[in-house]
Order: sequence, then structure tokens, then C-alpha cells
Amino acid sequence: MARQQPAQQAPPVQRLRIRYAKRGRLRFASHRDFARAFERALRRAGVPMAYSSGFSPHPRISYANAAPTGAASEAEYLEIALVRECDPAAVRDALDASLPAGLDVLDAVPARAGALADRLTGSRWRIEVSGVDEETLRDAVTAFLAADEVAVERMMKSGLRRFDARGPVVALEVRDGVLDLLVEHGTPLVRPDDVVQALGRVRPGVPEGLSARATRLRQGTLRDGELADPLA
Amino acid sequence: MTVVELAPASLFDRLEPLLARVNKPIQYIGGEVNSVVKDWERTEVRWALMYPDAYEVGQPNQGIAILYEILNERDWICAERTFSIWPDLEALMREEGIGQFTLDAHRPVRAFDVLGVSFSTELGYTNLLNAIDLAGMPLHAADRTAADPIVLAGGHAAFNPEPIADFIDGAILGDGEVASLQVSELIRSWKREGRPGGRDELLVRLATSGVAYVPRFYDVGYLPDGRIAEVVPNRPGVPSRVHKHTLMDLDDWPYPKAPLVPVAETVHERYSVEVFRGCTRGCRFCQAGMITRPVRERGITTIGTMVEGGLRATGLEEVGLLSLSSADHSEIAEITTQLADRYEGTNVSLSLPSTRVDAFNIDLANELSRNGRRSGLTFAPEGGSERMRRVINKMVTEDDLIRTVAAAFASGWRQVKLYFMCGLPTETDEDVLAIADLAARVIETGREVSGTRDIRCTVSIGGFVPKPHTPFQWAAQASAETIDDRLGKLRDRIRADRRHGRAIGMRYHDGKPGIVEGLLSRGDRRVGRVIEAVWRAGGIFDGWSEHFSYERWAACAAEALAGTGVDVDWYTTRERDGDEVLPWDHLDAGLDRDWLWEDWQDSVGEVEVDDCRWTPCYDCGVCPTMGTETQIGPTGQSLLPIVAVRQG
Repeated sequence: MARQQPAQQAPPVQRLRIRYAKRGRLRFASHRDFARAFERALRRAGVPMAYSSGFSPHPRISYANAAPTGAASEAEYLEIALVRECDPAAVRDALDASLPAGLDVLDAVPARAGALADRLTGSRWRIEVSGVDEETLRDAVTAFLAADEVAVERMMKSGLRRFDARGPVVALEVRDGVLDLLVEHGTPLVRPDDVVQALGRVRPGVPEGLSARATRLRQGTLRDGELADPLA
Repeated sequence: MTVVELAPASLFDRLEPLLARVNKPIQYIGGEVNSVVKDWERTEVRWALMYPDAYEVGQPNQGIAILYEILNERDWICAERTFSIWPDLEALMREEGIGQFTLDAHRPVRAFDVLGVSFSTELGYTNLLNAIDLAGMPLHAADRTAADPIVLAGGHAAFNPEPIADFIDGAILGDGEVASLQVSELIRSWKREGRPGGRDELLVRLATSGVAYVPRFYDVGYLPDGRIAEVVPNRPGVPSRVHKHTLMDLDDWPYPKAPLVPVAETVHERYSVEVFRGCTRGCRFCQAGMITRPVRERGITTIGTMVEGGLRATGLEEVGLLSLSSADHSEIAEITTQLADRYEGTNVSLSLPSTRVDAFNIDLANELSRNGRRSGLTFAPEGGSERMRRVINKMVTEDDLIRTVAAAFASGWRQVKLYFMCGLPTETDEDVLAIADLAARVIETGREVSGTRDIRCTVSIGGFVPKPHTPFQWAAQASAETIDDRLGKLRDRIRADRRHGRAIGMRYHDGKPGIVEGLLSRGDRRVGRVIEAVWRAGGIFDGWSEHFSYERWAACAAEALAGTGVDVDWYTTRERDGDEVLPWDHLDAGLDRDWLWEDWQDSVGEVEVDDCRWTPCYDCGVCPTMGTETQIGPTGQSLLPIVAVRQG
């Protein structure tokens, strides 16, 4: 007997783009952890999701550029496809209520033209570095910005990788002992802990990235040193 | 009234900087959907519930989930969860002086009244010791003070808690729903009275009420040859035998209703409903089937309500209909069909741990896979030869199995997985080699019926470990060498079969971990020294092959048991006589000892025993001793239709 093909799933009629935050303890959620929690929240909230067809249908969600495990964020983005037209504000509220506190849905708007990922070309981060005085930090930032290239290393799935952390940094400032970083997205993606590591390379005395606490404040299209709202 | 006890400070602020430095920190943060944080000062009795393994294994545990809800439903009880901590975080915590904590409010475990630990396997014992130590409590129950929680063991391993008798204050046998509330009430009254007699008095109350077995109130005497002479109470009023708890009417206890939804990845991600508890199929190797008698079904309408509510409360998409043999529910066809109807057109899927070999299960499996996913089916013949299956009372013939798989292959299934055991009593090489012949016949049948060569059969083989309170409690466990040798021969036989060998997959483990499990399963109080020595030598997470070390267990056992006249072989590969006092004889699962012995003799004589649900009672002893009875349907009721709220 031939194996029966599963029924085709209903096609999407609406796409919503969502901004969410990863706050407090939930900054320790990995991207996989978030994705699992989000898919369940969609079901608890009764969002009429579009599913892929085939033997194991999964909800149509496009994730873009997730913050690393341990980093907080006010600006994470994803896109979902629905089989029914819904009020975006109602979807936002229902999803927010269905997620654990700390994973907070902030905006939901109908998708504009172009891929969401293409609109996310830069990030602004706030990085609290503990165990170092402000003067040392300022010196390190000055030395870092003066350099053309600062090599750092990070363990990735493919093994230990060495790359430049200076090139993608558009701006870096110290305010009240806190770093304000504007970075352009590239490959590999330079993360806050890479920048902190780079500061230690140019100015010994700045501790390794482990003692830094980072929060992504904004993410968007990088133009003339500014980040444009990716949902606009 | 009790004095208000001030809430201990949360450990989270001290933990947080450490979490950035460890693997999978999400498992330590708590705060999951449906988790509960209570105001400490407004509660009178506080439980730290523990499953002694990592979060990913422990959180889906059904027993912990049930107790968490039942206890937290009472406004005067607070229940929080704690799991084993991986060595990376443990090392940092010990450096910083942070103790074992609960996930819900990150309170120190030591501040609770009870540390309740659920054991589904004995391999969690070293993790118990590690948690007690990490909590800052004295390892030995005898050294604990009023500042320490009482440590209570539950779960199937609690039916012989003797190997951990030195480390626990008590054990609860059987169903925990009512027992945990009885314990809570005893603690509440004792606290309200101003804790008269201190810790000792509380333990006396737990013991004399019969709710818990308190090992310290029993003295164990030994014969010169190392066997146990007697186990006798050493306190007035303490019962000479402690009985198990049996929950009657599962419809009154529809838990868990709203289990926690982990953000972290766990081993099971489904909403599970126990469709019945207990099993009287009478498989002689099966401890679960012996100690959870009688069969008590949950009614179809309760199951339907639980499934609907549970899915809504969790957002899960998979429903598991659990029990020891779910296809035996008197209305299983109605339940599966009506649930499949209800969720038709949604992405909710149903699953049944269906392991009995009969064609009826194929109908169920077809019903459960209406969406077209037909990858593999699992059956458990357990014994390779007809003779072996008679010995273990797994009443299924080879022809039954072939008829069943033929039906499966005809319905579009392409893969069959078969579970077996190796090292069963009276087993010979031929009994194990019969597994290869059976698998070959399955492949042959599949090819014939389906008309394709795209057929696979996986045989998965576990080493048999004799368990307390079963007819095999007297049996000699097969040595690791015997198991390894027989499985090697079986592997060669499968490889040599040129027509079928490549379609047969074989999964097995070496026999050594089974010997340690055997030592812990049928051990007595002297085995406690071995567990402690292993833990002191760094042994934890024994259920994980990358952490388990047979060599460490063997070396520690040799040292710790030196001078006792007994050794690992004595506990494992030695057959016991009928008159030997077994370490768990004073713990009552309801089974009549004489019946167990007769069933053991019947086993050797290859005599089968039928299920008492459909044939007359054969006097296993449980119902009259425990005042219980088999509760089965059919009820004749139907699920109420529920309008699907989801589309997709």
C-alpha cells in the first residue's frame, strides 16, 4: 500500500513582524529555548498559524539574528505567517500574555516589502563591565578605536575561530562606566563579549568578557551612523 | 500557633554571575509558565520536591508534577522544585559557598521542612547524596538537627530503600497524592504544638501513623553467613510492617492539570495523562506491575477533560496516554477514536506507549496516526523464545507476533522495533539466539505483505535486573560476562544472516551497569557504605554513561564491604532460598510472599498465569491486604464534543 501523502496546509494570508524583549533571568534562554517557548505560546494564545506542509508540519516562523545566550535584549525580531487576518495589536497582547514574564512581546505590525533580515544590519548595545575602573575602560576604548584591526577568538561550533572585532564597530563610547556600542552585522557577527575581549587585548587590565552584562537596545537598518526602525 | 518563620533570602543574585559561565543556564532559572512562587511566611509546611537527575530528565517526571500541584493547591503548603546540578555549576557554587537551591524562588533547600526525592531508578542514589551535601546538610540522617529538612524518598525504588537507609529520614511506599498531604498535616500539627520532642518526635509520628517507613526505628540483625537474621522495630508503637499507599478513584485526582511548561529542552515534551494505574498482566520481571496493583482506570470523561484542559494550559501539541499497558484500558478504542475526532484538522498528535503484541494495537496505532505519519511501531515480546516467554509470563506466541506485524506492514508501517531482555532466569544461549530468528521472520513477513524490501526491524535488548517484590526477587542475576557473551553470539548470528541481517538493527549495552543496578536494587543497609564511598570518590549522575564508572563502583564495593563476608556477587548473582529474610520483607506492597514464591516456582516450571481482570482471582494478596479492588470500565460514556478553537 502506498504511503498516503498528508493534506496540504492552508496558505498564509497575513504576515506579522514582531519585536520582543528578553529581560532579566530569561536572558539565559538560548535561541532554541526561545523558539520552543514561542511556538507553545502561539498555541496557548490561539494564534491561527500557517503551517508548512509535509509529514511533520511546523508553524511558519522566520527568526532573524537572535541575541546570544546570556545577553538581554529590547530589540529581537521575528516574522510569523497566519491563515486568517488578525488584529496585530490583539496578537501582540495575546502572545505577551502567553509567554513567561521576561519574554515580552512589544510590537506586532503587518510585514512590509523586503525580507526582515535585510532590515537588520546593525545593533546598539549597552554593556556593563564589572571589575574595571572607568579610566582604564576609557583608555581601552581610545586604543581600540585608534586601531585598524583587533583580533579576538571565540569558540564556535566549527572550533576556535579568530577574527577582527574592530572593523564592524561603528561607534563605541563610555558613559558612567557603561559601554555604548554601535556595531554593524557581518560574518562572523561581532558580539558584545567579542568587543570586551578586544578591549582587554588593546589595554590589559580589562577583564575577559565573562564579567560583562550586555543588553541590545536597538536593532535596525544601519544608515549614516543611525539605526532605522526595521518595522517602519 | 506557630511562630512566623522568616523567608530565607533568595540565592538568585549570587547565582546570576555564575550562570553566565555554565552550560545551558536556562535550566536553573525557574519562572516557567504554571510555576508557583508562594509567600513563605504565609505557609506552614514547605516541601522541596526533587528528582535526582538533571532538569531535562527530572522536570517531565509525572510524580513530581502531580505532587507539585496537589501540595500547592493548599494555601498553607508551599512546594518548590530542585534538580541535580551539573558539575560545572556545582564547582562554582561550592567555590562561592552557595547551597542546593529550588528553582521556583531560589531558596536554599536546607530552609525547607521536607526534601522529598522521587526515585524511579536506583542510579539516582549518588545524586541524592550530592544534593544533601550541597544543601549543607549532614549526609547521615542520624547527624541531622532541627535546622535540617527531613529527607523522604518516594517512587518505585522506595519499595526497598535499605541501601539509602542511612541517608534518608523516611520512605513513602506507593501512591503519593494522599500520603503527601498526610505528611504535611502531621508536620503542621507538630509545628503548631511548638515542635514537641524535636525532630525525633516528628519522625516517631510519621512512623507510628503508618504514613512513612522510618529506617532508624528498625534494627537489622545479621547471621554469621551474612544473611539477614531479622528486622525488628526498636521503638514502641512503630509497626512491624509498613504498608504501601493506594489511591482509589483516579477520577477524584485529575492531576497534573496544568503542568509546568519548560523553556529549556527536556526529554519529553508532551502533556501526559495516566489512563490507568497498576497492571495485572503478571509479567514476572516487572516490578512496576507487581507493586502498583490493583488496576484502577481513569474514566473516559475525566481523560477527555484533562486532555483539553492540559493542552490549553500548556500549549503543548502532543498528548501521551500513559500507563503500564495503555491498550488494556477497557475503553481505549473509544478514547483514542474520540480524541482523534476531536483534534482532527489540528496539529495535536496522540501517542500511546503501546508495547503489547496484539493486532488490536495496530488499529489503535492507525487511529493515532491519521495524519499519515507511519514511521515505526514498538512491541515488547521481552523473551526471544516461546519457552522464555512462558518463564516470564509474557503471554504472547511467535504466531501472535507475526500476525501483529503482518497487520502493521499491511497498514503502511515500515519499521518495527522489538524490546527484549537478556539474562532472564533459566535462560540459555538458544533463548537469546531465538531473537535473531524472530527478527528474520518479521523481516520476511514484512517483505511479503508490503511487497517492498524497504522493511526494518530493530531489536533493542536490555540486561535483566531482578527486583524486590517480584517473583524473581529470589533469582540469580546473570553475570555481566554471561550477558556480554550471549549478546556477542546474537550479534554474530544476525550478521551471518545474509538474507535479513542488513535489515535488522541491534541495540544493546554491556552488562556492567546492570550489575550495579542489581546491587542497589536488592541491596541491604550495608550497601549504603558502597554508595557513600562511590560518591566520595566523585561518582554522580550514574544514569549517564559519560559519568558512570563500573570500575569505581567495583573498587569502592570491594573496599566498603571488606570484612562483612558479603560482596557484589553475593548481592547479585546469588540465588536466594525461600526462607531467607529479604531486606524488604518488612515493607508491604500487598503481595503475599507465598504467592510470589509459588509464582517463582511456576516460572521455572514454565506455567503461565492469566490476568485477573478477565479470569478469576489467583490470590496475589493485594486486594484483601490493602482493602482495594480492581476498578475498570467500561463506563459507556462519551467525550463531550468540544469545538476546536485552533485552526491550522
